[in-house]
Formats: sequence, C-alpha cells, structure tokens
Amino acid sequence: MLALLIIILPLVFLLFNLFLSEKQVKNNTLVGSLATLGLSVYTLYNYTLQPTSIDFVFITDWIGKLGATFFIKIDGINFVLILLTALLVPFIVYSTFEREIKNPKAYFSLILAMQSALFGVFLAKDALLFYVFWELALLPIYLICLIFGEEGRQRITFKFFIFTLFGSLFMLLAIIFLWLHNPERTFNIYDLYQYGSVLPAKQQVFIFIAFYLAFAIKIPIFPLHTWQADTYVNAPTQGTMLLSGIMLKMGTFALIVWLIPIVPIGWKLASKYVVILSVISVVYGSLLALSQHHFKRMLAYSSLGHVGLIAAGIFTFNLQGVQGALYQMLSHGINVVALFFICDMILHRMKTDNMNSLGGIRNVSKTFGAFFLIVTFASVALPITNSFVGEFLLLHGIFQYNTIAAVFACTTVVLSALYMLRAYQKIMHGDANDLTMTFSNITRHEKIVLGAMAVLILFFGIFPNVILQVSEEPIKQLIEHVRTVTALPSYAKF
Amino acid sequence: MEQLIYLIPLFPLISFLIISLSGSRLPKSITTYLAPGSIFVSFVVALLIFAAQISHPQAVTVPLFTWFKVGEFHADFSFLVDALSILFTLVITGVGFLIHVYSTGYMHDEKDYNRYFSYLNLFVFFMLLLVLGDNFLLMFIGWEGVGLCSYLLIGFWFRNSNYASAAKKAFVMNRIGDFGFLLGTILIFGVFGSINYHEVFAQVGNVVVDGKLITWITILLFIGAVGKSAQIPLFTWLPDAMAGPTPVSALIHAATMVTAGIYLVARCSALFSLSTYTMHVIAIIGIATAFLSATIALFQNDIKKVLAYSTVSQLGLIFCALGCGAFSAGVFHVVTHAFFKALLFLGAGSVIHGMSGDQDIRNMGGLRKKMPITFYTFLIATIAISGIPPFAGFFSKDQMLAEIFAVNKIMFVLALLVSLMTVFYMFRLLFLTFYGETRANDIVKNHIHESPKSMTIPLSILAVLSVIGGFIGFPHALGHELHIHHWLDGFLANAVKPNNVEMHLNTELLLMAITLVLIAVVIILARNIFISKKSIPQSDEAAMPLLKEVIYYKYYIDEIYEAIIVKPLNKIAGFLRDYIERSGIDAVVNGIGNSVVNWSQLLRLTQTGGLGFYVGAMVISMIVLLLFLILKL
Repeated sequence: MLALLIIILPLVFLLFNLFLSEKQVKNNTLVGSLATLGLSVYTLYNYTLQPTSIDFVFITDWIGKLGATFFIKIDGINFVLILLTALLVPFIVYSTFEREIKNPKAYFSLILAMQSALFGVFLAKDALLFYVFWELALLPIYLICLIFGEEGRQRITFKFFIFTLFGSLFMLLAIIFLWLHNPERTFNIYDLYQYGSVLPAKQQVFIFIAFYLAFAIKIPIFPLHTWQADTYVNAPTQGTMLLSGIMLKMGTFALIVWLIPIVPIGWKLASKYVVILSVISVVYGSLLALSQHHFKRMLAYSSLGHVGLIAAGIFTFNLQGVQGALYQMLSHGINVVALFFICDMILHRMKTDNMNSLGGIRNVSKTFGAFFLIVTFASVALPITNSFVGEFLLLHGIFQYNTIAAVFACTTVVLSALYMLRAYQKIMHGDANDLTMTFSNITRHEKIVLGAMAVLILFFGIFPNVILQVSEEPIKQLIEHVRTVTALPSYAKF
Repeated sequence: MEQLIYLIPLFPLISFLIISLSGSRLPKSITTYLAPGSIFVSFVVALLIFAAQISHPQAVTVPLFTWFKVGEFHADFSFLVDALSILFTLVITGVGFLIHVYSTGYMHDEKDYNRYFSYLNLFVFFMLLLVLGDNFLLMFIGWEGVGLCSYLLIGFWFRNSNYASAAKKAFVMNRIGDFGFLLGTILIFGVFGSINYHEVFAQVGNVVVDGKLITWITILLFIGAVGKSAQIPLFTWLPDAMAGPTPVSALIHAATMVTAGIYLVARCSALFSLSTYTMHVIAIIGIATAFLSATIALFQNDIKKVLAYSTVSQLGLIFCALGCGAFSAGVFHVVTHAFFKALLFLGAGSVIHGMSGDQDIRNMGGLRKKMPITFYTFLIATIAISGIPPFAGFFSKDQMLAEIFAVNKIMFVLALLVSLMTVFYMFRLLFLTFYGETRANDIVKNHIHESPKSMTIPLSILAVLSVIGGFIGFPHALGHELHIHHWLDGFLANAVKPNNVEMHLNTELLLMAITLVLIAVVIILARNIFISKKSIPQSDEAAMPLLKEVIYYKYYIDEIYEAIIVKPLNKIAGFLRDYIERSGIDAVVNGIGNSVVNWSQLLRLTQTGGLGFYVGAMVISMIVLLLFLILKL
C-alpha cells in the first residue's frame, strides 16, 4: 500500500488546491510536497529494513481483456528515483516563494500532478501502465511551459511536445509488439524480460531502436537533443528544474529497466553505436557549453554532457557503469536544480543572464558567492561532492567496456572545469559593474534552499554507500540476466 | 600511537568549519589563535607518531569507514602511517604552522582575514588527506582538494580579474593532470583488482603483470604528477599562481602542494621502478623542466617570479633524480626545499611588505640595513638553495647529483648546470634586493621597515631548519666515519624503494669538490656584475638581444599555448554552436517538421469534399491495385 500512497498523496494535496484561495495554494503545495517527502523517506527506510514486505507492492486488475494490470512495486533501483523526486519537489516549490506567479492555482496543481505521474513512471511494473504514466508526465510539464513560459514559448514548447510524442509513439509500437509475442499476453515487466530476450536478434534490434528513440529524446542524447536548450531557456524556472532535475531521468531510468533487460541481444548488437552517440553527447555538450554567453543556455548544454555520460555508463551495462549512472541521476538532479535556482536568482535580480554583462557579484554578496562556489565545484565533480562518486563509477564502467570511449568521456573532467569556472569567473569575479552593484543580498528563503542543497551535496558525496548498497543487488540481478542471455562474461574484469 | 593519526587532519578541519561557518562574525583575535593553533596541535600529534615510528618503523593502517563500494571495487576512508607519510605530515604541519603564524602578521590589515584562514586551514586538511590516505582514491580527494584551495587562494583577491584568471588557469591545468590520475587509478584496479597501496604493491613482485600495462599505469599517474608539480608541459600555471598572497605561495606553491607529484611517484616507487620507459620519461621531463625554468629565472625581475621559476626548476631536478631511481634522495630534497624555499618566499613577502607592495627588484636595493632579520634569513636560504655546506640544500642536492651521476653522465652535466644557474639567479636576487643603494622613490624608501615579530620569528625558525635540516641525510663520503650517514634513507627504506648505487668514495668526494669550486666561481661572477659593476637589469622597453628576449618572455610558451590550444578549442566550440548545432542538426529537425506540415497542407488539398473527386480517386486506385495484382500473378 505504501507504494500506492506515494503516487496518491500529491494528488490529494492537488485536490485541496482546487478549493483553496490563491494565497494558500503555495503553502498547501509546499506542505504536500514535504508530506510526500516524509512518506517517501519513511517508506524507503522501511524498504531497506525489509525489502520483501508486501507494503511495497501493489497490484490490481486494470484492463483485464488486454492482460494489463495496475502493478507498481518499489525495488532497489526505482528507490533512488523515488528519493530524487520526493527530495527535489519541495525545493522546486519553495523556490517560487518570493516570486510572482501569474496563476498559482494552476501552476502548483500542475507541479503536484507532475510529481504524481513521475512516481508512477518510476514505480510501474506493467508496460502499458508505464506508457500511460510516461505520457501523463508529459502533459503537466507541457502546460507549465506553455502557460508560464517566456516570450515565443508556443513554437518552442510545441517542438518539445512533438519531439517527445514522436519518440513515445515508437515506444508504444514496441510495447504492442512485445505484447503480441508474449504467450501470456500480459504487459508484466518480468514476463517481458523472459519473452523479450528470446526473440530473434533482428526483432530485438528493432525493438531496441524503437525504445531507444523514445528514451534518447527524453534524456536527450545527441543528435536528438535540439529541443532541449530552447525549452530549458524558455520554460519558467520550476519547469526547467522539473525537466532537467527529474524528468530526463525517466529516460535514463527506462534504459536500465525497460530497455536493456527486455532485449539483451538487441543491446549487445547496438551497444557500440549507442555508447558512441552518448560519448559524443558528452564532448559535444561540453564544447557547446563552452561557447555560450548566456548562463541558462550554458547550463542546458552542460546538462547534455552530464546525462550523456550517464547514458554511456548505462549502455556499457556493467555493475560500475549502471551503479554510477543511478547514483549520478541523483547527484545530477540535485546539482542541476541548485544551478537553475542560482540562475533564477541572477535573472530575477539582474534581468539578464548574459555573462558578458555580469561580473564582480562576489564582491557584493559573499554568501551567495560561497554557495555558488559549492554548487559549481559539485558540478565539476570534485571529490567529496556528490557527483564525483557517480562520475568515477561511470568512467570506470565505460573503461571496462572500451578504453578509447573512456578516454573521450574523461575529457569531461577538464571541459566541465573549463566552462563552469569560466562562468563563475564571468559572473562573480572582477569588479562589480553598475548593474551588478545593485545585486541585492541573498534572502532567508534563498539561504535555506541553497544551504540545504549544499548539505545534500556533501552528504551524498561523503556517504554514497547509503544509496549504493540498496541498488547493488537488483542491478546485479539485471546484469546477470542480460549476461546470461547474451553469453557475455558476468563481470568483465578487463 | 599510530591509531591517533585521524586527529592530525581533524584539527585543521574543525578550525576550518568554525571559521567558515561563523563567517565575519568571528572576531579576528580568535582566528589569529585558532587557525595556527589547530595546525600546531596537529604538528604535536605528528611529532609523537614520528617518534613512535623512529623506535618502531612499521606501516600501520587505520581504517575509518567505507567511502563507497560497488561489486569488488571499494574505496575506503582509511589512513596509512609509515615513514613516508609521517615525514610529509611533519613538513606539512610544521612548515604549515610557521606559515600560518607568519600570515597573522602578513594579512593583518586584510578585511577578509577570516576567509583567508579558513581556506588555509582547509588546504592543510586536504594536503594531509593526500599524504595520509591508504589508497589512490583517498589520495585523489586530497589531490583535488588542494587544487580547490589553490584555486581559492590564488584568486583570493578576485576583484582583480587577472588574479581570478590565474586561479582558473591553475585549476584547469591541474585538471588535465587529474585526467591522467583518474584513468591511472581505474587501470590500477583493472590490473590489480584493488586501489589500496598495500594490496597493489604486494602483487607487484609476485604476479606476472604485463609490462606494457605497468608502463601505461605509471605514465598516467605521472601525467597527474606533471600537472600538480608544474612540469613540462603543464608548468605555466605556477608562475601565474604568484597572484595569491605571498604566504600562500610559500605554503602551497613551494613547500607542500607542488611536491604532491613527487609524493605520488615516491609512494608508487615499487610500480615506477618496474617500467624503465616511464623512468626515462620522468628523468627527461624533469631535467628539461629544470633547465628551461632555470634559464627563465635568470632574467626575471619580479622577486616572486624568480622564486616561482626556481621552484619549477627544483621540482624538475627532483623528478630527474626520481627518474634515475633516487627516490629517497628526491624525498630528502623535498624536505630541505620546503625549508629554504618557504623561507625565501616568506622573506620575499617581508620585502614586499617593506616595499609597500612593490615586487620589482629593479626598484629595490640596500634593504640589508633596514631589514636585517629578513636579510640574514634570506641570505641563509640563498646559501642553502645554492648547495653550500653545511647548509641543508647541500646534502640533498649532493645526494641527488651523485645518484644521477651514477645513472647517466649527460643528465648529470645538465643537472650541474641547473644548480649553477640556480646559484647565479639566487645571488643576483640577493644582491639586487639587499645590496647597493635603494632605487625606490622617496615615499616608498622612507616607509621601508623591518616586519613585525609574527613574521620574523617564523623566518628565524625556518632559517635554523635551513641550516641544520640537511643532517638527516648525511652523505656517505663525509659521514661514514661517524656512522650517521643516510639516516633518512634507512628510515624511508620500508616505504620507498631504496636505490642501490655503489659509488666510489673518491668519486663522490671529487664530484663534491668540483661542484663547490664551480659554485664559488658563479658567486664571484654574480658579485662582480651586481655589486662591483652595480649593473641593474634594464627596463622592459629597452631593446634586448633576441635570445635574451625569448627567454625574458618565457619562451612565449603561454602565447604558444594560447595559439595552438585555447583559441582552436574556442573556435571549434563556436563552429559547433553556429554551424553544426544551429544550421546543422536543428535545421534538419525543423526541416523535417516543416516538411511534415507542408505535406499535410498538400494532402489537405485532397480533402475537397466533392463527391466526384472521391469516386474518381477510388476508381483510379482500384485500377492501380488490380494492375499490381495481375502483374504479380
């Protein structure tokens, strides 16, 4: 039941929203997201104590004729994504405090709807259910971007919408195909693991490509990324946070759970190409980040690079790669939300994020400078910040797969330092100019958000084992399954 | 005793947390005692453990907790106490403490006093992690952590964009090295199945490991060392790093952080000595760096820049020795170098203090009388670095030169030339700064004064160490009668691969004598030029001979890097942005989108609504379909 409650609780608060006045909506949403966080932490903590308890599974008939069930379950893998979603939404909601929101009722309700759908995506163990949640998650974010975005949002949001819809159609085709080839005629993920993996190689490749399109657009991976930067820049800050912090992890999560174990032979045949595309994402995203003048756009491209590395690690499908990927999803989510929050602070005060017209802010606000510095170095993956562990494991995983790919992926170590420090320097260092002189000091709200972010960054940097040990066993099982089917050695030592 | 090792990094960490979290609310007077005090307590603990190690030399592992573990791979927070790590710890906390005390005087009027000390404490913490960790990844935490602190302290006065840029440059160049370090660590795990020093080195002798892989591992690790210790081709950040406050240059960019690369090689001496290829590379890069930067130091006019190039040069010399297998001699020179180079930098800081911030030696001169303590301590350091007995530098440099001589004679000649250049530029610096008439303007001139006690006392202590510090490694040729020779080598024997060079007593004495005569000649030469002839380096505008110009402008290496790396990289990024992203991929995507729209517009024309059109279309398509069927049959 607890698993179901996690999906329902945000919706309950959404209902409250409808009956509350515009002023109360904000607080109600914050309380709701905090309650969800509390429930999630409680659930996940209990999960670590007794993972087999029925509290963490919920299954009921749904569309009986098709064999589709409402089947959700917590396991060691979606554990991390549940934690991420539950952890970030309160920050995302809280980041709107002290900001004017046009139509708060709609805005906050959409955020809660989004959260619920995201939980659904991560928890679903039935392919049709997964697909429904997947599309459900798209709607709120589409509306958030469309209604609350910047000038010229219609065209950009439409592009984003069409792009992702295009991808998910292929996923639907693939799911139907799998259903047809499943003698049990169910959408149950474990059946799909079983019957998908015995399909002929050619069919597996086709299914792989169909799923890949859906997931790679969402993540995004080069060259399917062109919706990303425009959408990030145009969306309202909270929309960007939801997109980059949580939503793109739908794609990387699905690669681990919904793609590779279902068609292991398809993966084996395609892995070379998809790893190459992911590594291209890393280098390409980092180089484009280096060439940007606007901070928000730079963050969008840096995100392309970071998730490219995650995808590359997943496609190597060894223990270090997948564990690193999962951990990096958590870290990247935290860091990118912190970065977009900082970007919002700058945009709100200076009305521009053009780095060439900023500078010297560290002279004006020291506290802001210190927080920004911590987040910057977390993003650069300095050891004892959260992203180092993930990045190291990812590189380790890629290295086991292919040395050359690892060398290229490893350029992120240098390039990320280059563009992040460049940005920090342009915004914060030097003499304050007429514009930045007016940078008003960091408020209490902002201090709370950034302070909590800094704590999370360090906590997950120093005690990664808290998470890693939960996800290790289920990932091992998936790898075992894939390695058995593809007859690859279980633990490639070298 | 060794179990207390965790206390050593703990004290600076606590002090850092207190100072940084309380921000500017903490009174200066508390910081003044807290920051140096925490390092001093660590130093005392280090001394106790050192004493325990002397009586019972042993390697002790002190585990704290598992950092992260994935499958077979695990990285732990656990410390390793052995001769090598405790020796470095002593230098870090000892010299670190003195520099902290000095800083309380030097930074007295700084408004960001607390921020400065929080960074400095954090640096010491990370540096201690670096040398105390018992595995490569823990070393890497320290390794990157000191890089972070270096970034923060070089850019301490970030209001000046040039300083901030220097900080960025240092961090990025270090990152290039870290790239190698990371890959090396991963490769080590691949080959040995562990990243723990003991588990790795234990296998080195037993298991037959592919020599090629060892070469790769050591080369990758060495790339890390090249970045951190400022060797060719990644050395250009160190002279720029002089943008930071002078005590920072003394602590980070002379005595401790830049020696991390040497620590790494010495720590892995068991691995490195297996690959002759890597050893050659190290020796050649070392001597090339030493030579190149010594020539640059000959013509520099900024007191800190001279010392910076000197540091690069000395590090190069140490790497050359390491490449020749002289691991413990290299570590020995790291220790003595920490004493006299820190002293030189702090002396320079005192001079800059007295000169109201001017760093150009062309404006100095005659400071001997006005700043006597600074002068005498600077003199001692100059003698020490020149390698004149019985000062510290003599012993360590002599041991390195002797062991280089035993391996390669050409390398020895180059190393000897480097030491002679060192003598020249150091005495040039000494003479121009402290002798003759003061060339500064009257305002500065009247202001010149000796620095406060908080600065001169650390100078004096370091001066004492620069005099006697060399006795820990008394050479065989002089000390064999006394049975006190090579104490350090023996102490380090458990941790660092010993070098078994047998050298004839007379050869060693002869080398020593030749070196000393040449040093004397160079000093007289420098005296002739800068005291008797009173020649002052010309101003920047004056024309110079081509060779001198090239050297004076540091061989234009920065400009070359700018032209062949930085600019092309930005060009590529810009090209990707403008052509591949915007007019390429995005245009294709939009093109597909638009063409779908266009085609649907076209298709919409077919939805005429006229019944006749539909019927006609139906008939035509049925005919086409029939034709297909017939033809197929």
